[in-house]
Amino acid sequence: MDDKNFIKINNLSKNFDDVVAVDNVNINIGKGEFFSLLGPSGCGKTTLLRILAGFEYPSEGSVSIDGSDVTDIPANLRPTNMVFQNYAIFPHINVKRNIEFGLRKEKISAEEVNQRVSEALKMVKLEGYENRFSNQLSGGQRQRVALARALVKRPKVLLLDEPLGALDKKLREEMQIELRNLQRSVGITFVFVTHDQEEAMTMSDRVAVMNQGKILQVSPPRELYDFPVNLFVGDFIGDINLLNSEISNIDGKNVKVLINGIGEYTIQAHTIINQNDTIVTGIRPKSINISSNDNKKSDIQVKGKITNTSFYGNLTYVYVSIEGVDKALMLSTAESLQGLSINSDCYLNINLKDIRVIKKNDP
Amino acid sequence: MYKKNNTLLLYSIIYFAFLYIPVMLLPIFSFNDAIHMVFPLKGFTFKWYDQMIHSSRLHKALMNSIKVGLVASVFSTFIALLAAKAFTRYKVRFHQLSYGAILLPFVIPEIIIAVALIVIWTGMGFQLGLVPVTISHILFCTPFCLLILISRMEGFDKNLEEAAMDLGENAWGTFWRVTFPLVLPAVIASLLLSFVISFDEFILAFFLSSSDQTLPMYMWGQMRFPKKLPHVLALGAVIIVVTSLLVIISYWLRNLGNPSGKKSKIGGI
Repeated sequence: MDDKNFIKINNLSKNFDDVVAVDNVNINIGKGEFFSLLGPSGCGKTTLLRILAGFEYPSEGSVSIDGSDVTDIPANLRPTNMVFQNYAIFPHINVKRNIEFGLRKEKISAEEVNQRVSEALKMVKLEGYENRFSNQLSGGQRQRVALARALVKRPKVLLLDEPLGALDKKLREEMQIELRNLQRSVGITFVFVTHDQEEAMTMSDRVAVMNQGKILQVSPPRELYDFPVNLFVGDFIGDINLLNSEISNIDGKNVKVLINGIGEYTIQAHTIINQNDTIVTGIRPKSINISSNDNKKSDIQVKGKITNTSFYGNLTYVYVSIEGVDKALMLSTAESLQGLSINSDCYLNINLKDIRVIKKNDP
Repeated sequence: MYKKNNTLLLYSIIYFAFLYIPVMLLPIFSFNDAIHMVFPLKGFTFKWYDQMIHSSRLHKALMNSIKVGLVASVFSTFIALLAAKAFTRYKVRFHQLSYGAILLPFVIPEIIIAVALIVIWTGMGFQLGLVPVTISHILFCTPFCLLILISRMEGFDKNLEEAAMDLGENAWGTFWRVTFPLVLPAVIASLLLSFVISFDEFILAFFLSSSDQTLPMYMWGQMRFPKKLPHVLALGAVIIVVTSLLVIISYWLRNLGNPSGKKSKIGGI
């Protein structure tokens, strides 16, 4: 066992009757890593988390944590603790007794219990709330109690099932930063389930993108955004312009593609592309530059017409229709659009290094 | 705008009058200084209550009923609690079938159950008495208890039990530290309600009790003697008050501390 394989998930599958919820998943998670499982609802991410927690048993495969196989170990004997989506704060006992709930089985003195509870309360900034009951707490406070209740057990792995989903936007963003800081300070491995790609991107060391029970890509957020392994990942993570394209020729990593509405170019692919793959090309909005004249500074210039703009404070999104492409291209710019407005003719400037050849099929 | 509908109001008044006026006659005549239940009232007296308090046969019947009621309510609530846990938490094989089988005593006429039990019980060579009465009451009360407990078990968040497991409790610890405290109001309601059902059950007791009378049987026996009628009225009045209180308490408890704050959909029996 080394730190990179703190959690090892091997060939893990889970079937519910005829439905395959988790399909042959292999992931290694490092010690102290903030690892996210990201995917649309029903993709199997929660089932995978519940298998890690011990609430579900896999149909096939194994899980080991810190070098020992926990596949057949029930939830109450695992070195994992969970923060539930609805927090699951026990309503019949107060905050203090909720937090010390899990310490009863650990043979420690009453003083140590009290000390650990007050440490945990301090960590989640809930000092003074010991005697409150669940129905006297706000959503954010309940979430902190759930965190404290799990962390007071000093688990090897903390599992979080969409814990921020029920909070409003501002509080959610605050909690994202707080959770991240908390994770860094306690050094516990976090496995975080979310369907919110922004949340996964801002908080995680690495993200696993799931769809239909399969892991499509496991990468750091930056890499996930810049080098999506297939169409699903590219489309799911952030905004992207997708253009229908065909492969003309393949020479190792250099792929000559005919991009609909733009032309034929040779692009260096980041994944292995075969002649019989169906592909699209993708360009992120931030990689398209807009100008009112043809300045020839980029690899590709395309003439277009502005159809719409939307202003987001620090960024402006501009939609430009170009001949031969059904959907207007989207680009984002932090600069003001000098002399450009809706219906203006414009030029789009794109560099070849920013164009991605993306497979439609699975990697 | 809704118009006030006087017809419906009138209907409600008649409905409740029909339901409660005959029952109210019992307490009224229990204070009447006459043997026969006829108007006009004669005079006010406590002597029927005095007679009631000093009847030793009545005391014996009351104790019998309490004994049967306590044992029957505890056992039927216990059985129903296990069944409710199974039906709401586990994949039960033949779920519909076994659920239906437990609820069946609801619809089987009591007299059928009584006849069936008397045949089996005496056929096995046992004496009739309070034991078969208690067993039949457990059988009869369990469906009521199950409905009360299932509605409560379904009403609370299953994640709470998973959270307890996650925090290191085994199945037993989870049940006692989380599940039981959360269903406790329903357990108490179930105990009270099954006690009341057992307490005023007549047919099963009549068939199975032999010479050990329960309270309803004692009352039925006294009805044959006109002179004894007034103290049965007094007893009836007391029972009405006590059982009403028990049912009200059970209903109140059932919804107490319900985390969702919603009232239970199945009303009081």
